[in-house]
Amino acid sequence: MIITKDLQKSFGGNQVLRGINEHIEKGEKVVIIGPSGSGKSTFLRCLNLLEEPTGGEIWFEGNNITDKGTDINKLRQKMGMVFQQFNLFPHMTVKENITLAPVQLGIMNREESEKKALELLKRVGLPEKAEQYPKQLSGGQKQRIAIARALAMNPDVMLFDEPTSALDPEMVGEVLELMKELADEGMTMVVVTHEMGFAKEVATRILFIDEGVVKEQNTPKEFFENPHDPRLKEFLSKVL
Amino acid sequence: MKGILLSGFFQNFADAFYKAVIKDQRYLAYLDGLKVTLLISVLAILIGTAIGLVVAVVKVASSQNKKMWILNKLCNLYTTVIRGTPVMVQLLIIYNLVFTARDTNEIIVGAVCFGINSGAYVAEIIRAGIESVDRGQMEAGRSLGFNYIQTMRFIIIPQAIKNILPALGNELIVLIKETSVAGVIAVTDLTKAAQYVGSVTWDVLPPLYLAAACYLVMTLGITKILEYFERRMTQGDNH
Repeated sequence: MIITKDLQKSFGGNQVLRGINEHIEKGEKVVIIGPSGSGKSTFLRCLNLLEEPTGGEIWFEGNNITDKGTDINKLRQKMGMVFQQFNLFPHMTVKENITLAPVQLGIMNREESEKKALELLKRVGLPEKAEQYPKQLSGGQKQRIAIARALAMNPDVMLFDEPTSALDPEMVGEVLELMKELADEGMTMVVVTHEMGFAKEVATRILFIDEGVVKEQNTPKEFFENPHDPRLKEFLSKVL
Repeated sequence: MKGILLSGFFQNFADAFYKAVIKDQRYLAYLDGLKVTLLISVLAILIGTAIGLVVAVVKVASSQNKKMWILNKLCNLYTTVIRGTPVMVQLLIIYNLVFTARDTNEIIVGAVCFGINSGAYVAEIIRAGIESVDRGQMEAGRSLGFNYIQTMRFIIIPQAIKNILPALGNELIVLIKETSVAGVIAVTDLTKAAQYVGSVTWDVLPPLYLAAACYLVMTLGITKILEYFERRMTQGDNH
């Protein structure tokens, strides 16, 4: 579904990604972990071209999205993204946040999208918040709405950029629970996170990114019980 | 004694008012002038906001896209020249540029000139407003599949407008007041009308007081309208 070939990204003279070759299949739940500054968020943000790679290629559903001729806006509709800072639209109600893109991009009419929004709100457990503004919600609620907003576009893959890092500890659980449900329903997910418990439980594959390359990857069991890379061993000893 | 003085004062006041406003239907002169002032102001506001919006978006967009550097340079030149020269000189230059055509409509010329002038200030205000919106909002919009312009339109600009409403209102008020120099290009606006009346009655001050009062009412009205909009647009904030 997503293929990266020798993906590279530099900011000025600072090379953050040094050639990443990955193949993410439909239905996979790939969790990316690594120390801060390792390039893991940059890698994720490259997948939908929020960061423009400075080298290599990215293929999504058979399209080379790094090719200038590709309509990235069209492809982004199929790639939901959830941000660390939620990035809800503060000038709109929760329902408007969810219906804006489907309606304005001509994917659904207003009626359909409102119905879908209410369904999604029920699914994320916040049906009573439809008419409220983001400022009235807690962090965990905001993030669940942000997930609902991304799901409203019926994406083929969901990208999560440290979705729980900005949350109070007591709100992390509700967001992870929702993500687990999504995973169980078969959604393809790529998740950058520091939540090792989530990685262990949900991931089908874990990538360890450090210094701009994938140093190691494995199934959760092998990854945590039998790490090979010395840097990964050191990292795990600190976070577990 | 006091009573006589006071009644004398009122008598003078009533006389002056009668001469300045009622006699020979002079109030019509003010009304015509007021109409011209309002027409120039409204047109200038529309032109200025349109120019300002485009210039602001170009400036913000070109800070991320190096390919737009020529547009960026042009916009910078525009704001620098317009903001660095007096509006009266701009008015005279533009008027004499187009005056070569026989049937020039001075009101349109005035409106265009004030619009171009205001656009430079509005552009800077809107640019600051756009830059005050969190970067994540653009990313969220783009990640949903909106293109740059759509994200600006649905997500960034509405938030920017809310942030800049006070500054924008200020600019509107300044603009209305500045149109009082339109008289230099043979437009009979409110100020010019007051001057005409004063030159006929040989009593210069009362018509000017009246004109001042008219400007005050207009700017106060705008202040009130803006306060109303500000309250409405901050709905999402105060709960």
